Amino acid sequence: MKMKTFVAASMLAALASTSTMAGPDDDSLIVAWGSTGPIENVDNYFNTNRTGIWFSRMVWDQLIYREPKTFEFKPLLAESWEALSDTTWQFKLRQGVKFHNGEEFDADDVVFTLNWISDPANGVKVQRNVNWIESAEKVDKYTVNVNMKKPFPQAFEFLSGPITIYPNEYYAEVGPDGMHKAPVGTGPMKVVAIETAEEYVLEKNPDYTWGSPKGEAQVSKMVVREIADVQTQIAELLAGGIDITADITADHVDQIGGFPGFTALQAGTMRTGYIGFDAAGRGNFEPTTKLAVRKAMAMAIDRESLVTNLIRGDAGVIHTPCFPTQFGCDESFAAKWDYNPEMAKQLLAEAGYPDGFEIEFYTFRPADWAEAIMADLSKVGIKASLTKMPYFALRDKQRNEGTTPMFLMDWGSYSMNDMSAITSHFFKKGPDDFAMDDQVAAWLEEGDTSPDSEIRKAAYAKAIEKITSEVYWLPMFNHVRNYGFNENLSFIPYQDEIPRFWQYGWNG
Amino acid sequence: MLAYAIKRSFAAFLILIVVSGLTFSLSHLSADPALTIAGEQASDEDIQAIRELYGFDRPIYIQYLEWAGRAMTGDFGESYHYGERVSTMIAGRIGTTMSLGVLAILFALIISIPLGVVAAMRPNSLVDRFALLVAVFGQALPTFWFALMMIIVLGVWWRWLPISGNDSWAHFVMPTIALGYYATPALMRLTRAGMIEVLGSDYIRTARAKGLSPTVVLFKHALRNAIIPVVALAAVWFGFMLGGSIVIETIFNLKGIGWLSYDALLRSDLPVVQAIVLIFASLYVVLTLAADLVNAWLDPRISVR
Repeated sequence: MKMKTFVAASMLAALASTSTMAGPDDDSLIVAWGSTGPIENVDNYFNTNRTGIWFSRMVWDQLIYREPKTFEFKPLLAESWEALSDTTWQFKLRQGVKFHNGEEFDADDVVFTLNWISDPANGVKVQRNVNWIESAEKVDKYTVNVNMKKPFPQAFEFLSGPITIYPNEYYAEVGPDGMHKAPVGTGPMKVVAIETAEEYVLEKNPDYTWGSPKGEAQVSKMVVREIADVQTQIAELLAGGIDITADITADHVDQIGGFPGFTALQAGTMRTGYIGFDAAGRGNFEPTTKLAVRKAMAMAIDRESLVTNLIRGDAGVIHTPCFPTQFGCDESFAAKWDYNPEMAKQLLAEAGYPDGFEIEFYTFRPADWAEAIMADLSKVGIKASLTKMPYFALRDKQRNEGTTPMFLMDWGSYSMNDMSAITSHFFKKGPDDFAMDDQVAAWLEEGDTSPDSEIRKAAYAKAIEKITSEVYWLPMFNHVRNYGFNENLSFIPYQDEIPRFWQYGWNG
Repeated sequence: MLAYAIKRSFAAFLILIVVSGLTFSLSHLSADPALTIAGEQASDEDIQAIRELYGFDRPIYIQYLEWAGRAMTGDFGESYHYGERVSTMIAGRIGTTMSLGVLAILFALIISIPLGVVAAMRPNSLVDRFALLVAVFGQALPTFWFALMMIIVLGVWWRWLPISGNDSWAHFVMPTIALGYYATPALMRLTRAGMIEVLGSDYIRTARAKGLSPTVVLFKHALRNAIIPVVALAAVWFGFMLGGSIVIETIFNLKGIGWLSYDALLRSDLPVVQAIVLIFASLYVVLTLAADLVNAWLDPRISVR
């Protein structure tokens, strides 16, 4: 349903008169999202949609707060913490916090939530988020011990991200179904109405005055509308029906930004794009199993030009198989492949391909990105033929058939600021691994499980060095997320791709 | 006639089996449903757990037979994503789609029949040319483009009508026009052709010769006969309207069956996809069958052939 040119010029003329300002006038904010489908269940533990994360941050709180700009861990529902052993953390909880239904927050809520979600019988959808928890124990009304199955250095990423704290009495009574129909949390916004797959109405939580680092809500009311079609979202934005959308594509940014009264921007995220090569020969394609060929391909692709001309916004070239802010992702250990087509040709000749070769190239991303890469490759004699597939169909082909010699993909790390969320996923000999390097897998395992942060960093550094020097991946660029919004909205984008909607208010 | 009806009903039943089998196998072959359900960032263990939980590790024909057996009793299972009964989800959304379908076909008939009649009364006149223009545009305009143009003009520029949602009758105006206009050309051309044929027939000449008023001749004698095939075609088009609502409902954010099928396809929510395809196919087959039987009843030569 994509229509590249949204008759921009004619609309510009008609929109010279600015849109109605429903938001500033009644202190409300109307948000549209839904291009990847509506949230199936707003219970944070029973959805896999990114917008489910956005919703959860408004309604619930975590024990720990990860500052979205510096990624520093700060107190949220927990006031302080200390490690009692390699596998136990003790948390002192904040007093005087209330859930939206008036229930007082204390250790019982934390113990109940952590024990409930870590019990596989309860079927939390993303088990990886919770299956590292052994148990939680109440020490006193405001002290909790959290036991882990084994040393798990990424624990704070989870305790400050997907693990939100539920009211024990309410959740025990209503379960995921009831939480979906009437969510109750401690967060800055409380839910007043839910219409599944249609609309969520939220109000400012008046009790959110205990000094949370998340800050109080800036508007008194918020409405979230699930709108699948991005063109419809844009039309609603321009007609004043919504105030902000985070679903638009790069094509729309210039169009929306050209209308008076609206702003559109492309904000950098930690989503990391890469070109993967079948170095392990899973699909029996010989050229990509040769290091010289992979090096040649890395040098044949002009990533700077691609970023400047096509990706644009805050995007930048990345040299690591992870995002540089992530724990362990030290760029100084990465082998860097500058654009050098002459050297690429020479390497190809040395590898036995003086006239290049033909290769199948897979992606689910925009064809113009892939075509720019193909044009670069053709300059050194490599003829790539593009197969563009839907995301899950391509992942399926990669994982189950392995017949993808070269692919342009990306990974959002589930907004985790730890390189285990990306590098370990792809290089520990799982179905997504096209390197199958025992050494790399062992280093990553060491980095993933050691409680000592220095040991972790050293292990990850070795993995980065080898992945990049062997060119198992050619890291490409960090993606941008595109936002269109009313120019009077005090909008701030964040690198973890989570808009904090409650923080946005009206200027003037 | 009875033998013909039995034969056509049996063929309709076979069509439904083929459609359901094809849908089932194609949707399972397009991507691993466990991967889609688990989401983009799921671990291998998560995906394997889902595969086992939903039984995707079993042979596909066993999965199909199990599904078909339950579907025969009206049990379409649960949505993988929403966890709700598929029948409940469809029941909650069918009203929007049926309302849109009925409104769209009524809109098409209201436009096409008068236009077809007037065009037939004055063949090759300006009115006839105008009717032809309406037909050509209706056939040539992609529905989604026409819908977007209406949104821009009526929703964004003039702000006469709401753009998305189904809160009030006003929300149905643009979707009805967008969907109904698509059916207008076929119905209009058939009305025109039928009327031209009937108006040239002997009994109309006789009626005129008897001194009946032109209005009586036109509406009582000519139109009543010419409209029968139009009504049969409208029944078939109604089936198209329901199927075509996928695009329209998605654009106008009407949360009916069409939108639900778009969402289910996007996320490989197979029980929902299968149920909707089967229901749409059944509706279409029943409507076509009804049209065939009506035609056979009107013209006995059809059943003999």
